[in-house]
Formats: sequence, C-alpha cells, structure tokens
Amino acid sequence: MNRDDLIDFVYDEAAAIDQMRWNDWLALYHKDGRYWMPLEWQQEDPILQPSLMYEDRLLLTVRVERLTGERTFSQKPKSRCHHLMERPRILSMGEDDGVYKLRTSFIYTETRGDLLERFSGWVSHELVEVDGALQIMLKRIDLINFDAPFSNIQLFI
Amino acid sequence: MDRYRGNSQAIAELVKGHAVHRDVYVDKEIFELEMEQLFPNSWIYIGHESQLKNTGDFITSKIGNQPVLASRHRDGQVYVLHNRCPHKGVKIASEACGNTGKFFRCPYHAWSFKTDGSLLAIPLKKGYEGTGFDTDQAAKGLKRIENVKIYRGLIFVRLAEEGLSFEEFFGDALSTIDNMADRSPEGELEVISQPIRYMHTCNWKMLVENQTDTCHPMVAHESSAGTAVSVWEREKDNFTETPMAVQLYAPFMSPYEFYEGAGIRVWPNGHGHTGVSGSIHQDYEDVDGYQDMMVEAYGKERAAEILGDIRHNTIYFPNIMVKGPVGILRNFIPLGVDKTLVESWVFKLKGAPDKLYERGLMYNRFINAPTSIVGHDDLEMYERAQEGLLSNGNEWVNLRRLWEDDEPEETTEVVNGTSERQMRNQFYAWRKFMVQNMDKAVEAAE
Ligand code: FES
Ligand SMILES: [Fe+2]
Repeated sequence: MNRDDLIDFVYDEAAAIDQMRWNDWLALYHKDGRYWMPLEWQQEDPILQPSLMYEDRLLLTVRVERLTGERTFSQKPKSRCHHLMERPRILSMGEDDGVYKLRTSFIYTETRGDLLERFSGWVSHELVEVDGALQIMLKRIDLINFDAPFSNIQLFI
Repeated sequence: MDRYRGNSQAIAELVKGHAVHRDVYVDKEIFELEMEQLFPNSWIYIGHESQLKNTGDFITSKIGNQPVLASRHRDGQVYVLHNRCPHKGVKIASEACGNTGKFFRCPYHAWSFKTDGSLLAIPLKKGYEGTGFDTDQAAKGLKRIENVKIYRGLIFVRLAEEGLSFEEFFGDALSTIDNMADRSPEGELEVISQPIRYMHTCNWKMLVENQTDTCHPMVAHESSAGTAVSVWEREKDNFTETPMAVQLYAPFMSPYEFYEGAGIRVWPNGHGHTGVSGSIHQDYEDVDGYQDMMVEAYGKERAAEILGDIRHNTIYFPNIMVKGPVGILRNFIPLGVDKTLVESWVFKLKGAPDKLYERGLMYNRFINAPTSIVGHDDLEMYERAQEGLLSNGNEWVNLRRLWEDDEPEETTEVVNGTSERQMRNQFYAWRKFMVQNMDKAVEAAE
C-alpha cells in the first residue's frame, strides 16, 4: 500500500457512510474490527473505562439493519449525515507491526427532520491488509466535547 | 396569571389516579412549582461519597434548579452547601468535581470559605468595619443545607427545613440500594468514572414513568433489541459462546406474560420497582470467581439471597432510578418543562471481579447513551409525547391499566407486572409533595 491508498481509504470510508451504502461500509471492517467512541480525554481502555460506543461487527450489523427497519420509529423521518475532513495524517506505515495508522480531523454533521447537529474531533484509523485490500481493525472517534450531553447520534461519525 | 401557585386544590385535581392532566408535563408554571415545592420537599440524590475521598474534594450538583456543592471538610464530614457566593451570587465551584485544597476562594472578589462553608476571609476587610456586616447572612459564608443523609455511600439531601425524615421518606425502598451495595463482597460501592450524559427534549417525568413501563420494550424496542435478536439468530453458528452484548439486549424482547409474572412492587411516597420475582437481568452468565467471593464474604445462604434478588428498575421518587444487578443509577435532572438531562452512573462493586464492572459499563452504553439504539427508541417516544400533548383533543393522559376503584395510595403491595400502578403511585406522591406546606405558605403571605 502506498500513502495515497491509505488516504483514499479514509475518504472512501466516510463516503460510504455519507451515501448510506451500509453493506459496503461494513465490508470495510476486519472480522475482529472495532468502532470506538471514548468518553474520556486520551482514554486508553475501552472495556473498563466508559465509552459512548465500542462495537464489533455483530453490533454494527445490528445498527445498520435497524436503520432500515419498518418499525424503527426514530428513523421516521430518516437521518442523513455529512463528513468534512482534513487530509489524513499518516502516523505509521506499519513497518513494525503491519498496522497502518492515520489520524484525521473532521467536522461531522447529522441531520434529521428540522434538526441539525455538528460534532468536531479526530478520527483515528488502524488498518491492516487482508488479501490485498485494506480493512479496519480500529476506528476511534475522539470528539472535542466527548463529555457534553448530546441528544441522539444515530448514524456513524 | 397564576393558575396553580398557591392553589393546592387546582394542583391536586391534575391527578385523578387513572389519569393525569397534561399540564403536569407541559405547563411552565407547574414546572416552576416542582422546583419550588416538589424538589425541596423530597430527598434528592446529589452524588456518592466515594467521589469525596480526600479533604478538599468537592462535587457539584443541582436540586431541582438550585446549584449545590458537597465537600469533604478536614473534620472528615461531608457538607452540602448552596453553590453561590454570599457576596454577589457567583457560583463557587464550576466543575463537576475536583479538589479545592484547604478552602474555596470566590473568583470574583476573593472572599474565601472553609470547606464546611464558613467564611474564612475577605480582602480589605476594614471596609466592612462598623457597617453592620456581621448581622448579614453573608457573614455566615456559604449557606449550609442541614438535612443530609449518606446511605451506603449515596448522598441525599432535603432542601426544605421541615418535612419527612430520610427514613420516613424512603422506608423499605432502601432495600434496593442495600442489595446493590451488598453485591460487593466488601459491601461497598465506588464511583471511579464519569457518567454518560444524554440530553432529552421532554419532561423529566416521562423518563421516570418509562422505567416501570413494562408494556413498551417489546414494542418500542423491537427496532433495536428485536434486530439484535434476529441478527444473532442468523449469525450465532459463527460463535462459540453467547456474547455479553446479546445477553444484555435479548431479554428486552421478553413477551407480555414474562413481565406480567415478574410483578411490580409499590411503596409509599412514590417509590416502587419492577422485577419482583423475575427480571431481564436474571439470566446473565456467572462471572468467574464471583460466586465464591460472595459465599466467602456472606456465607452461602446470605450470598444466595443477595444474588437471587434480581430487581429490574427501582424508582426512588422523584427523579432517580437504580438497577441493582448491574450497578447503575440514572439521574433525571430537570432543566425545563420540556428539557431533561439524564446522567447515568455505573458503580464499581468494591472487591468484585472487573467483569461485573465491564458489564455495567456495557449495559450503560447500550441503553443509556446518546449513541444507544435503545435510547433512540425511547427518546423518539418522549419527544412525540411532548409534542402530541399540545393537542387540545384530549387533555388527559391515560394510566388506567389494572386500575381499581379505591386504590390505596400509601401502601406496600406487589401487583401484576404490567400494571401502570407505579406510575400512579408516583403521581400520588407528586401531588402530596407539590402541595405540602403550600397552604401554610399562602396563609403566611396573606
Ligand atoms: S461575588 Fe464572590 S467575592 Fe464577590
Ligand atoms: Fe425503553
């Protein structure tokens, strides 16, 4: 993988979410991959410290299927979202452990009905190569105001 | 024009037992009266003693809309103080928690206060000489709240000078807190992290009522728990064991019959709980080594009794809910008639395996977070109710399920688990504490 491949991957992942291509999005995750939203500043432990989300593919699948369910009333009307991202910084080309690491500054917007909410922060990707393609081992979202009381966040940052 | 202030009869008429008038959820004056009457007359949870380990530690909180702080003084005691400078009203502590050292110092003009609230020093004190300052309330420092009770580490306060004692107010309802703390082999709970916070655009009482609303999970949460069950059914062959996550979600889809049999217990003063003889928390996998620790600490019989009590949600009227088996406390903090901040805390059981804390944290983020799909289901219902109630087509909310004529209001009783009895129980107490001493206050003013 070269640097452009890694950077493109981060943008393409966000595009899959913005375009609500949920199955394409899930397919980007490694079978042991995780989506993590910490609740503390520079949090280290997702298990014994509280998080907003720490989910594996099974749980992400539940979320994605729920979004299109006939009786998912919190999606009537449906939410939409938009990622505005700075160019990802490559922190590691995985020389030692085969894990590519990137960090990207973002502004995320989620809207539903007449409401619109904005979130800012950094997304960190840990990517591995499987059969010639990149997969997400860990996607970590650190909001600048992780400790503020939000209303619903129903889609994915 | 005031419709309700000073008019205890008009307030009482909002509660008919099998129905309540929509003004309890949408009327601004009623909300103000809740802040003036209901919250001060009740015992309100403000935090846990383990958040105040060292001298100078403090936490801030609110009772209704009034800012308070609690601090650990050098005499070892916890003092609860009005969080407002006696000079010009500036909040003394602005953070959720911290350590202030030996004293609090107001950031505006540097008046300082000991951690028991008493006035320590004022710069350029001579400016007050001969002014009669010592007769001012300000000379006493931060006003102290006298009615404070720490029970199993949980700190409760009553703002009103007169009222029911802590024991009278909660009575047997304290058994859920006991059970939660007894689940620690050391009998102690600990707060070691921040709560999950979730903003709700609805009246605080909708959240409280929902905690014992056993006829909604299989309907409103079909989208979340139902999808979790169906995805699991499809995928389970790829797993060797049932993940903790599935164990937590799946019971939400239990049928009506399950909840009917599980029962609801009501207590006087608006307290009550679901899950008397069964609950959604009953079938979690055993945690390695925990059983043995409990037997060691309590003996076989007592340990079995503690762990066999799997109560679902316990309402401590007016605005907290406790879940013993997962060690969670939810605080429904009213910010406005249609705005409520929910802070959900997970207690760590001292001396118990980490796995239990892991489960509590997982439950909390699955159910009580702004990113929780179960939370999304519920908030959608509250928001729709808050809007729907503005319709003049019907001014009453119906609470008649399993209602009986002459339903006793101040009693302990176990009833069918799908009853709306606990919601009615809360409103009987709501009426009682809303109008308590109101007529006296009106007479005094006349
Ligand atoms: S307002 Fe606190 S010292 Fe003046
Ligand atoms: Fe619910």
